[in-house]
Amino acid sequence: MSLTVTEIRRGLAAGEFSSSEITRDYLARIAQHNPALNCFISVTEALALDQARAADERLAQGKAGLLTGVPIAHKDLFCTDGVKTSCGSRILDNFIAPYDATVVECFKETGAVMLGKTNMDEFAMGSSNENSHYGCVANPWKTTHVPGGSSGGSAAAVAAGLAPAATGSDTGGSIRQPAALCGVTGIKPTYGRVSRYGMIAFGSSLDQGGPFARSAADCALLLQAMAGFDRRDSTSSEIDVPDYSATLDQGIEGLRIGLPKEYFAEGLDSRLAKVIDTAIDELRRLGADIREISLPNTGLSIPTYYVIAMAEASSNLSRFDGVRFGHRCADPVDLEDLYKRSRGEGFGEEVKRRILIGTYALSAGYYDAYYLKAQQLRRMIKDDFQAAFDSVDLILGPTTPEVAFAIGSKTDDPVSMYLQDIYTISLNLAGLPGMSLPVGFVDGLPVGMQLFANYFDETRLLQTAHQYQQVSDWHLQTPEAFS
Amino acid sequence: MSANLMNQWESVIGLEIHAQLATTSKIFSGAPTAYGAEPNTQACAVDLGMPGVLPVLNREAVRMAIRFGVAIDAVIDHQSVFARKNYFYPDLPKGYQISQFEHPIVGKGSISINPAEGETREIGITRAHLEEDAGKSIHDHFPEQSGIDLNRAGTPLLEIVSDPDMRSAKEAVAYARKIHSLVRYLEICDGNMQEGSFRCDANVSIRRKGDDRLGTRAEIKNINSFRFLERAINHEIERQIDLVEDGGRVVQETRLYDSERDETRSMRSKEEANDYRYFPDPDLLPVTISDEDIAQIRAALPELPEQKKQRYIDDLGLSDYNAELLTANRDTAVYFEAAYAEGDSAAAAQLANWILGDLAGALNKAGLDTVDSPISPPMLAGLVARIADNTISGKIAKQVFDAMWQGEGGADDIIETRGLRQITDSSAIETLIDEVIAANPEQVEQFRAGKDKVLGFFVGQVMKQSRGKANPGQVNTILRDKLK
Repeated sequence: MSLTVTEIRRGLAAGEFSSSEITRDYLARIAQHNPALNCFISVTEALALDQARAADERLAQGKAGLLTGVPIAHKDLFCTDGVKTSCGSRILDNFIAPYDATVVECFKETGAVMLGKTNMDEFAMGSSNENSHYGCVANPWKTTHVPGGSSGGSAAAVAAGLAPAATGSDTGGSIRQPAALCGVTGIKPTYGRVSRYGMIAFGSSLDQGGPFARSAADCALLLQAMAGFDRRDSTSSEIDVPDYSATLDQGIEGLRIGLPKEYFAEGLDSRLAKVIDTAIDELRRLGADIREISLPNTGLSIPTYYVIAMAEASSNLSRFDGVRFGHRCADPVDLEDLYKRSRGEGFGEEVKRRILIGTYALSAGYYDAYYLKAQQLRRMIKDDFQAAFDSVDLILGPTTPEVAFAIGSKTDDPVSMYLQDIYTISLNLAGLPGMSLPVGFVDGLPVGMQLFANYFDETRLLQTAHQYQQVSDWHLQTPEAFS
Repeated sequence: MSANLMNQWESVIGLEIHAQLATTSKIFSGAPTAYGAEPNTQACAVDLGMPGVLPVLNREAVRMAIRFGVAIDAVIDHQSVFARKNYFYPDLPKGYQISQFEHPIVGKGSISINPAEGETREIGITRAHLEEDAGKSIHDHFPEQSGIDLNRAGTPLLEIVSDPDMRSAKEAVAYARKIHSLVRYLEICDGNMQEGSFRCDANVSIRRKGDDRLGTRAEIKNINSFRFLERAINHEIERQIDLVEDGGRVVQETRLYDSERDETRSMRSKEEANDYRYFPDPDLLPVTISDEDIAQIRAALPELPEQKKQRYIDDLGLSDYNAELLTANRDTAVYFEAAYAEGDSAAAAQLANWILGDLAGALNKAGLDTVDSPISPPMLAGLVARIADNTISGKIAKQVFDAMWQGEGGADDIIETRGLRQITDSSAIETLIDEVIAANPEQVEQFRAGKDKVLGFFVGQVMKQSRGKANPGQVNTILRDKLK
């Protein structure tokens, strides 16, 4: 089963199948394959069937919205009213929010059907989904390998056809990297394009929600539903949301695409580089004007990112203290004991590491050397992009330095794990939009190619990806075991 | 401690005042700010620091802060930044307080105080910044456990930080009162100290007279009245002098004022102090304030105490002293102006005397605030009008005032029911005088023999006969005439 959202919409509209039928099909696939893949933390079967029934009524009444009746899954950091939101952490294993995240609300309003909540690295901290309290997710292309992270559950669910689409969040690559590793299409919108309200924060100045799907055209539909100003998020943008689907069919003749030389240098797997080159040739054939550019401060992005993201995280995660919600240790003897044990038991190792590093970076006497310096570097990285966009419309590069790696192969080496994000994180530091799309395979594992655009130019990203997908079928490949 | 010893030392005091802003909703959420509700009924998901929720700035709180800044002629930058102050405490839901650090909304300003009659001092204000209040921990409700009430969490506060410009507890109190008066004039804070809407922390240090370096300071918290502020500071000054005179050293620490025991005691030392790890809050954009915003707020500023005082002197002919007293407290000024609006414009001085004299005395004795006065401004204006038009004498007026205080109605009703109308009918007064003269031949002789003082005796007798109602002026004139 490899239907796209576009196909589901068409089928529902034509009465070929009902939302209830297709929802049941997906629930059955989840029941069959989730034990092997571990994509879902919660499957909301009863709720999904209720929503599907309501969607069928809406469809029958001719009142269908953009995604009425389309099943989707939400990353388990989007709060869902009445349904557990764990953020992949033991500390929130018992947490049921009394409110929906704005993104969840948007999908509810348009009539989408929620199948469940997907697995993720704890608090979105990780690049392999190995940091989940609920266990690692398996890559559908090779179940001994990681799906990427932190939105590993969402990416794997879409790749394996357990959901036609899913939401994710991207703080340093958490949509694009797992999309690349699982062979699906994912977009990280401009910071401020999608409301962060109800999306549990990791690094507030970097976090941005976005969709995973099987094609750019599907991503356009999903982003349409998610994007827009939200008065509950002060950092959300009031800029009008364009019709993303309307411009997909426009050609890319004359489109100037820059290849940052720093992204094709040492550290990139040469087999992967070759796959990307082929895709570049394809774009050239479509009329794109490909040129080399430079983003000289790329090398600074990892240290800059980790200081800022961890500093913000150390503060964002203070609210998980065992006082009002979430895990509380048994029989605390006093307040300090309550804090220490609740947090000590509730958080996993990587989360603790990042809280400690972030706390250090903000401490008196270190603030100027770390946090302030990182903010200055962030500005330089942003300026690099602005300079680049003076001469090109899009920037193109690999999404990851290598394809999916074996589960457990990097867990003892956090720095090597952090390096997985080398091509993705500068985008978050700049707040720019980017997407990853499948362009081939190495060793039977998908390769992702990344496109960056200028602020609020998601239209151009989606259009270019769509044009590429019109002349390729990498995005439609399905892993054999799940076809 | 001997005065001699005290004289060798100088105390240096700075105040941090937290004024709760009178917005209807919280600074970062839509929850109401009303005081006294059932615990945790006025806290929404944002106030509770639930996962994923985000703060949204209440622009009214910003406008109120700017109103304060404009009133003290402070520097107001075009950009102001909210920062997180990180520390763990059960009544601090997010594990950080949203406050301001590097770019406060109100910069350097100043205010003049009058610590004693005829004395004026300029006190610098370092800054004033916006922040959210924390909730309350309740330790006496559940056995063995603490409760948390988050109703107050997220209530907007303006923290007003003074320069270390005060040199005595008295000056500190004068400054605190001045700020208290100002925020109430500006209608940005209700000033209720019992309910914690206006709280003072005092930074106190001492140094030898003539020394211009600052000594190590102690911060005194938990002061909820002006009286306690004065006592707490004086205690702390004495404690520090004693300590240093005995060869000790003042350590930087936070001390708590215990009003029941009337002492300060150590709460935490500098070593135990939190490293707050301030950094700009990424959930909130910098606040931008345009010159037009400031101009608009300035134009809408109400009349401030200093301007009001000058107007009372220039336009209403009040004395400097009375004008100062009437304007020191906004409620008093409001009362005065309401009464003044009711009556004859010539009555300003009379009204001022009544308000600052009998009314203030009665309110004070009954422990009431001006706004709770049983005598309304129109009632007082009515009383003063009856004095002015000679319906009653000043002396009878005191009786009428007391009756009004007791709730017997307005001045006219009381004068009527009690028959207190002044006798101004000359023939009636003459009759009374004739009777008194006839009854006291001896005193008549004395007067005629040149003993002028006896006139007072006759006036007293006539007034007594009239039960105070005869017009004293007329009595005087007619008496002199008849006694010739």
